[in-house]
Amino acid sequence: MPGTKEIRSKIASVKSTQKITKAMQMVATSKMRRAQERMKLARPYAQKMRNVIGHLTEANPDYRHPFLVTRDPRSVGVIVISTDRGLAGGLNANIFKQTLLLLREWQGKGAQVSLCLIGSKGLTFFRRLGLPILANVSGLGDRPHVKDLIGTVKVMLDAYRAGELDRLFLVNAQFVNTMTQKPCVEQLLPIEALDTEGLQEHWDYIYEPDAEGILDGLLMRYIESQVYRGAVENVASEMAARMVAMGAASDNAGKLINELQLIYNKARQAAITKELSEIVGGAAAV
Amino acid sequence: MADAPTIQVDIVSAEGELFSGPAAMVFAPAKEGDLGIYPRHAPLLTLLKAGEVRVQTPDGEEHHFFVGGGALEVQPTKVTVLADTALRARDIDEAAALAAKQRAEEALKDKAGHITIAEAQAELVRAMAQLKLIERLRKLRG
Repeated sequence: MPGTKEIRSKIASVKSTQKITKAMQMVATSKMRRAQERMKLARPYAQKMRNVIGHLTEANPDYRHPFLVTRDPRSVGVIVISTDRGLAGGLNANIFKQTLLLLREWQGKGAQVSLCLIGSKGLTFFRRLGLPILANVSGLGDRPHVKDLIGTVKVMLDAYRAGELDRLFLVNAQFVNTMTQKPCVEQLLPIEALDTEGLQEHWDYIYEPDAEGILDGLLMRYIESQVYRGAVENVASEMAARMVAMGAASDNAGKLINELQLIYNKARQAAITKELSEIVGGAAAV
Repeated sequence: MADAPTIQVDIVSAEGELFSGPAAMVFAPAKEGDLGIYPRHAPLLTLLKAGEVRVQTPDGEEHHFFVGGGALEVQPTKVTVLADTALRARDIDEAAALAAKQRAEEALKDKAGHITIAEAQAELVRAMAQLKLIERLRKLRG
């Protein structure tokens, strides 16, 4: 029977761990709510952008921007968004698994693959594979900003423009609901058929300075906004995953404390019984 | 308002909506020079440079918004400003891209020598567990 002192200190240590996991759960809950709001805020921009690009491509059917033209896939770029910190359940592992599947699929088709990593967990994981990493940004925090992503995305867009990449994918955790986040692969380039429904009227614009320049600027911003949305959604998923993981950890700690308490009580009782019987035994001997 | 026509203005950025409502007139810093847009303007599409977007509401109030750049779409009854939250310029973008590339290169270089704190901690825990095992084995034997 272990000593009561050891059990008591063990209970104290589990209790302090539980305090930490409980605090982390609460912090993740509030951060998740805020991230969800930011997800909502990003939506109208992307929607309006799609509308304008839809109008524009409709009005200029003869001009094909390189971002809209499908080329033979000889090399493929993948932007992987992961978290900066751990303790988020299987979130990152799922993202990486999905990414590896995607990479293997394209490598099977004989395409070169290269990566662009957002988030430090992805960097530690993919560094080992020895694949070319074109760009990297980490430490975006809980509030990613578009300005932190511009450079990273530009590297990939420039590579695409120069013909070094023929496809560009985005992998991030999709926020389904608080309990479910699943990795999601999306093709960024070439831009697949834009959703042009809801365009009732058709007209041509006055362009200043020219349609090509404007389309280029718009498409670039569109891709950036997609990556930004991915980053924000990933934060929401991270917080949701952490919330659930920390909730489970707190529950487990509670169970552990109960069990330890039971053992402690038994040990204490045994010690008392022993002492009593010793006294009684001693009295009887006298 | 029948006598004073208005135009619907939406100013959105990737990180949120800045303004949405009717206006009597809108001023925007287009690339080719500042623009003033009245209701029933001809459809127009242009890029914006960094500057101030001014919105005059029908009751005479004026709202100011700073944009780092972006795009402006004008339809006869609607003005949409797709604003950049960040200050955009060719060389700033270029510098950011370069920094992203460098970070990737450095990360790859570090592969052999440098290990992160998390990895080091994991290594330490493993070593300690091994030591404990060895000690226990020794006790059993001795």
